[in-house]
Amino acid sequence: MSEAERLIDADVAARVLSRALGNGGEFAEIFAERTAGLTMAIDESRVEAVQSGSGEGAGIRVLSEGTTYFAHVDGLDPGDLDRAAGEAAAALRSQRAEPRPLEATPTAPQSIERPPADVPAERKAALLRELDERGRDAGPEVSQFTASYAEARRQVTVANSDGLFAADDRTRVRIGAQAVARRGQSVETGSETLGGHCGFELLDDDPGRVAASAARKALVLLDAGPAPAGAMPVVVGAGFGGVLFHEMTGHGLEADHVQKGASVYAGKLGESVAQPLLTAYDDGCMANEWGTDSIDDEGAATQKTMVIEEGRLASFLYDGLTARRDGVRSTGNGRRESFRHLPVPRMTNTYIAPGEATPADLIAGVDRGFYAVSFAGGQVDPATGDFVFGVSEGYLIEDGKVTRPCRGATLIGNCLEALAAIDAVGDDFEMKTGICGKAGQKVPVGTGQGHVRIREMTVGGTDL
Amino acid sequence: MIDWARRAVESALAAGATDAEGYLSEDRGREVRVHGGEVESLSAATKRGIGVRAWIGARVGYAFDTNLSEAGVDALALRAVEMARAADEDEFAGPPRSAVRLSSDIGGEGAAELSDPSVASWSTAEIAELTLAIERTALDADRRVAGVEQAVYADSAERVAIASSTGIEGEYESSHCYGYVLALAEGEGARETGLGFDLGRGPVALDPVAIGREGAERAVSMIGARKPQSRAWPVVLDPTVAASFVAIVGRGLCASAVQRGRSPFAERLGSEVAAGAFVLDDDGLDPEGSASSPFDGEGVARRRTPLIEGGLLRNYLHDTYTASRAGTASTGSAGRGGYRSQPAVGASNLLVAPGTLTPEGLLDEAGEGVLVTDVAGLHSGVNPVTGAFSVGASGRAIRDGELAEPIREFTIASDLVSMLGAVSAVGAAPRWVPFGGSVSTPALLIEQMTVAGS
Repeated sequence: MSEAERLIDADVAARVLSRALGNGGEFAEIFAERTAGLTMAIDESRVEAVQSGSGEGAGIRVLSEGTTYFAHVDGLDPGDLDRAAGEAAAALRSQRAEPRPLEATPTAPQSIERPPADVPAERKAALLRELDERGRDAGPEVSQFTASYAEARRQVTVANSDGLFAADDRTRVRIGAQAVARRGQSVETGSETLGGHCGFELLDDDPGRVAASAARKALVLLDAGPAPAGAMPVVVGAGFGGVLFHEMTGHGLEADHVQKGASVYAGKLGESVAQPLLTAYDDGCMANEWGTDSIDDEGAATQKTMVIEEGRLASFLYDGLTARRDGVRSTGNGRRESFRHLPVPRMTNTYIAPGEATPADLIAGVDRGFYAVSFAGGQVDPATGDFVFGVSEGYLIEDGKVTRPCRGATLIGNCLEALAAIDAVGDDFEMKTGICGKAGQKVPVGTGQGHVRIREMTVGGTDL
Repeated sequence: MIDWARRAVESALAAGATDAEGYLSEDRGREVRVHGGEVESLSAATKRGIGVRAWIGARVGYAFDTNLSEAGVDALALRAVEMARAADEDEFAGPPRSAVRLSSDIGGEGAAELSDPSVASWSTAEIAELTLAIERTALDADRRVAGVEQAVYADSAERVAIASSTGIEGEYESSHCYGYVLALAEGEGARETGLGFDLGRGPVALDPVAIGREGAERAVSMIGARKPQSRAWPVVLDPTVAASFVAIVGRGLCASAVQRGRSPFAERLGSEVAAGAFVLDDDGLDPEGSASSPFDGEGVARRRTPLIEGGLLRNYLHDTYTASRAGTASTGSAGRGGYRSQPAVGASNLLVAPGTLTPEGLLDEAGEGVLVTDVAGLHSGVNPVTGAFSVGASGRAIRDGELAEPIREFTIASDLVSMLGAVSAVGAAPRWVPFGGSVSTPALLIEQMTVAGS
C-alpha cells in the first residue's frame, strides 16, 4: 500500500514546532491541509452551479496549563507556518520548551480505485442528467427534481511535539437527490443520498436508484394524512433511522460534553443505560465508509470503539485533549472541519449492532403507533438530553400493520428515557451518510442500524 | 486587494470568458472560549482568498483558491472558464451591468460606520477578561446555576473587494463581534440550559453582565419544567424564537426559491399572506444590522425593500439572475459567504416593525396559552416548499395573562402562511438576533397554534 504524501518537510515541521514552544507550553501541533474539490448540480433539468475550489493552509496550536492557543494561516510556505507559530505563542509567557524529534508514522490511506479528479467534468454532468431522468420518470406527479454531485480530496499532515509525524490522503464522493411531488394543493418532498470515502467507483452500481428513491418518498407522501400527536410506541427504520441514535446518544458520549458535566451520560460509565439487547459502536476504520479516515485529525489511528455493551455504557469518545484529562488513550475521534478549526471529539461511523428480530416482528407487536422511516434531521441538548427530530417519511401503525403515510411529524423526548425504552432491535443492518454539525464545524459521519422499536415516545403532529 | 480582482477578470477574459467577476475577501478574527474561570482557548486567524465567476455566453462557472500569486490567480481564472464549459446554457445568466464605482459608505456621507475601532484596539487580555466576566456573572446570578457549559467571545474584521468586466469596482470594510453563554441550572432532579447573548460591531458594544444574567435567568426559569397539555393554544413567541421563524420566512421570500416553486410564498405577490399587524422589511443599509454593507455579493447597491405590508406580499428579494428571469430589477440581495461561495439570493437584515404592547400586555392579550422561549429542530422541521412545520419547543405556560410554570418537550405545529395570518399582536421592543440570519423583531402573539405535549 502506498503511503500518503507529507505536505511539509520534516525539518520545517521541527523548526516550526520549536518556534511554537518558544514561550513555553506542554504540547504543540501543526495540522497542514491541502484540499481540492468540485461540485455541480442539476435543477430544472439544467446542469448549473459548476464550481471548483482549492486551497491550502495550516492550523498551529499550543497547549499550556489548560489553555489552548491557536492560530491558522492560508498557505503552507515555511514563512506562513512561522508566522502562525509566532501568533499561537504570542500570549504565552513561560520558559521555552523543546519538542521531541519527529518520527514518521506510516499510514495506509483508504484505497481509491478511480480518483474523481481523473474523470472528465462532462461525465459528471452526464451522471446528473441520468439522475434527473430517473427522478422525473418516477411519475407524472414529480413536479421538480434536483440533484447534486460533490467530490473532495483532502490531504492532511500532522506533526506534534511528542514526535508524531503522520499523513493521510482522503477522497470522498457523494451524490444527493431531492424530488418534489404535487397533486392539487398537496406538495411533498423526498430526498436520498449516497456517499463514501472512495472514488468514482461509488457510482458504478446504478446511481439512478438514488434519484428513484427520492422521487418515491415524495410520491408516497402525496397520500399522507396528518401525523398523530401524543405518546405512543415508535418503530424507527434501518439506515437513516440511525440518526436518532447519533443525536440522542452519540453526542452525549463525546468526552468534551462529558467532562464539562454537560452530558446526561457523565458519571454513568459501566452503568446500565439500555436493555441488554442493545450494543453499539463508533467505528472510524470501516473500509471506505463515509465517516471513515485512516487517522484522525490529530494523527491518531482510528479504531472500532464499543460504546454500549449489552445495555451497559462501555466507553466515551475521546480526542487527544480530553483523553489526557481522563488519563486514557485517544479513541481516534479528534476531528476538525478544516485547518481553520480546533479538533474536538466527534463521531465517525456510529451504529447500533444488528439484533435478532425481523422488521415485520417489530411492527406486528404494535397496536397503535408510529413508523419513522427517515428523518429530515434532528437536534439534541446534550446537557438535558432533550431531543427533537423531524420525520421526513413516516407512517401510522394500526393493529400491527403499517397503514397510512403521515406528514409533518416530529419525534421529541429525552435521550436517557428513549434509549432505555428500546425494546427490540432488527437484524436488517444498513449504513447511511450524513453531515454532522457541532461547535460550528461540519464533518462527514456515517449512521446505521437495523429497525429499532421504542416502547413509548412523544409524536408531535397536528392530529390531536 | 482590488488589483487581484482586476487581474482575475483580465485573465478570465483572456482564457475565453465573455464576462468575468473577481471577488476577494480577507477576514481577521479572534475567538476566546472560557470554562470554569479559565481561558480554555484563544484563537487568531486570517482567512484570505479569491473567487472568480466566468461567463461564456449563457454558461457560468465558478472557482476559488487561497493562492494569491500572479500564477495562482491566472490558473484560477482558467479553472473558472473550464467550469463554465461544463454547465448548461441559461438564457438569464449574466453579470450585473451597473458599471459604477461603488462607495464604501452606507446611507450617504458618514451616515454609518460598519467598523468599530475597538475590534482592533482591544487586546487579547481585554477580550479574555470580558469573556470571563460573562461566565462569572452567570455563575453568581443565582445559586441554582450549577455551571456554565461555555462562555464565548468572537470578533472579525472583514475587507471585501470586487471588480467585473462590466465596470463594477468596489471595496469596503466591516467588523462584527458577539458574546454568548450557555448556563446550566439544576433543580428538581433535572438540568436545564439557558442561552444569553449580545452582538455588536466591537467589544465595546457588548454588555457582559447582561449576557451572563440572561443565560442564568433562562436556565433557572426552566427548573421543574413539565409537558403541557396537548391542544390548540394562543402562543407568544419571544424575540429569539420569532427571529428564527422570520429568518425562515425570509428564505421563502427569495426569488430563487419562488421561481423554482420551492417557497410557500410562490405566486402570491400582491395577495394576502399575513395579518395586518405583521410588517416585514429587508434593509441592507440599517446602521445597526450586522448584514449591512454598501453593496451586495455581486456589487449591486444595498437598499431597503418592503416585503410584507398591510397583510400583502409586496416584493420578493432578487439578485441579478432572478431579476433578469422575472423581468425586474435586482433588490441588491445577492448574499455571499466569503470568497468560497458564489452569490445567491438571501435576505440581508430582516426587520419586523414593532407594535405597541409591552411584554405584560402581550401575555394579557394571550390570556391562557404558551410562551415559547426556545425552539429546536427548525432546520429539519420546516418543509421549505409548503411552509408546514412541527418543531420542538420549551417555555412557560400563560395563565390569566401571567407567566406560570415552565414547560418543555412539546412541539408547536402550523405552516408559515397560517402562522403569519394569525399574528394578532406585536410587542413594542425589537431585539437583534443572529440565529439563521440577521433579524430584528419584537415578540409576536399567534392567535392559535397546535401544541403537542402530553
